[in-house]
Amino acid sequence: MTLITLSITDLLIAATLVVLVALLSWRLYLGSAKQLLIAATRSAIQLMLLGYVLHLLFESNSLPFIAMLSLFMLSVAGYEVMARQKQGFRGLWGYGIGAVSMFISSFSIMLLTLLVIIQPDPWYKPQYAIPLLGMLLGNTMTGIAVGLDNLTRNAWELRNQIEARLILGQRWSQAIADIRKDALRSGLIPIINAMAAAGVVSLPGMMTGQILAGSPPYEAAKYQLLIMYLITAGTGFGSLAAVWLGSRHLFDDRHRLRLERLKKK
Amino acid sequence: MPRLTIAKLATALLDPVNLVIESSETVMLHGLSGSGKSMLLRAIADLDDHTGDALLDDTPCSAIAAPEWRRRVGYLTAETHWWAAFVGEHFHERNSELVSRLGLPEEVFDWEVGRLSTGEKQRLGIARLLDNRPEALLLDEPTANLDQDHTHMTEELLKDYQARHETPFLWVSHSPEQRSRIGNRHFRIEQRRLVEERA
Repeated sequence: MTLITLSITDLLIAATLVVLVALLSWRLYLGSAKQLLIAATRSAIQLMLLGYVLHLLFESNSLPFIAMLSLFMLSVAGYEVMARQKQGFRGLWGYGIGAVSMFISSFSIMLLTLLVIIQPDPWYKPQYAIPLLGMLLGNTMTGIAVGLDNLTRNAWELRNQIEARLILGQRWSQAIADIRKDALRSGLIPIINAMAAAGVVSLPGMMTGQILAGSPPYEAAKYQLLIMYLITAGTGFGSLAAVWLGSRHLFDDRHRLRLERLKKK
Repeated sequence: MPRLTIAKLATALLDPVNLVIESSETVMLHGLSGSGKSMLLRAIADLDDHTGDALLDDTPCSAIAAPEWRRRVGYLTAETHWWAAFVGEHFHERNSELVSRLGLPEEVFDWEVGRLSTGEKQRLGIARLLDNRPEALLLDEPTANLDQDHTHMTEELLKDYQARHETPFLWVSHSPEQRSRIGNRHFRIEQRRLVEERA
């Protein structure tokens, strides 16, 4: 089976559908039309650009170049996590918690995968490294953003209850325990749901892609499973790190709740 | 014989405060709302950043872990907050004698927090605090939401606790009658300072 290449017309047909949705929602005063069009345009530019960069990258096969692109992806993901916080942390922490958590989880898992599991030659072969990191970052980012948002929002809303616990002599970790548990769960629910529905309800993106590109379905399924486990581990470690760092930063060494470290609503 | 010493403790609304509350002594405090009474109590409980220190006997707050300090120096907030669904989950032990002295039945431990009245919450807040067996007490209007009978019951219970454990009290009250009934010494906050009043 050879790859059927897509023409510009093919893409335009699909794009027209998006425009139609936007038009309809605008006509019915339902909003979201503008965001929809902006996001669609953004994705077109970003993906085309990525295609071009990857093309260059695959030809060059240079490690510094790959490392630079990886760092760029990480920094954008760190920014996205911060931007999705309704009431994130102020200053460097706002960016740092997400970026550090993603760095710990996504980067180390990517390295493990390349060096131990897939073992391409060379190990940093961009055809493997970049898509892998992209999938990891994309999912980890969502988990961390949701988990952190949940943590800071609940800490703010339930501040009186947290303080009541501190006043009665509980340690900060006890006083935030329920909120932290909730935050972690909220970060992990999407990936848990994705695993539960995989293959029964949804045909996951990567498997779809490989099948379209001509891979045997059984091989595609194995790759998909690998990626799902990696994503789960990445999201799990990332959310754990972010929720732990974030909850710790809500308190000082005297076990005081320091909500002024959060941005104003 | 616990003694509570407040040494050069300053908050955003108060100049440095020096005050020694002897064991079994009740110091009453009043002042306009917003004058910094609660802020002073919060600083003594080490809940806000502050300069200066507080000492229980010879132990400075800064020398021990904050949770331990807060268990030993109990702080009753004007409004009590509850984090679990049922009353009993907020207590170490179901002390039926304690709650009955506040006019509440033993089943109160099985009650839902969401169905408590303001007055019930206030009385249970005191029970919850005494459950920690504090060595000193900071009380922010402990009877503000209570009717006369319950006010007297609560005062009795607190004085009794004080008599048994020689507890120093710092008690904020807006009621002149309560202040003269309970207090050994009297202070008001005026222009960022603690001013002693003759009883």
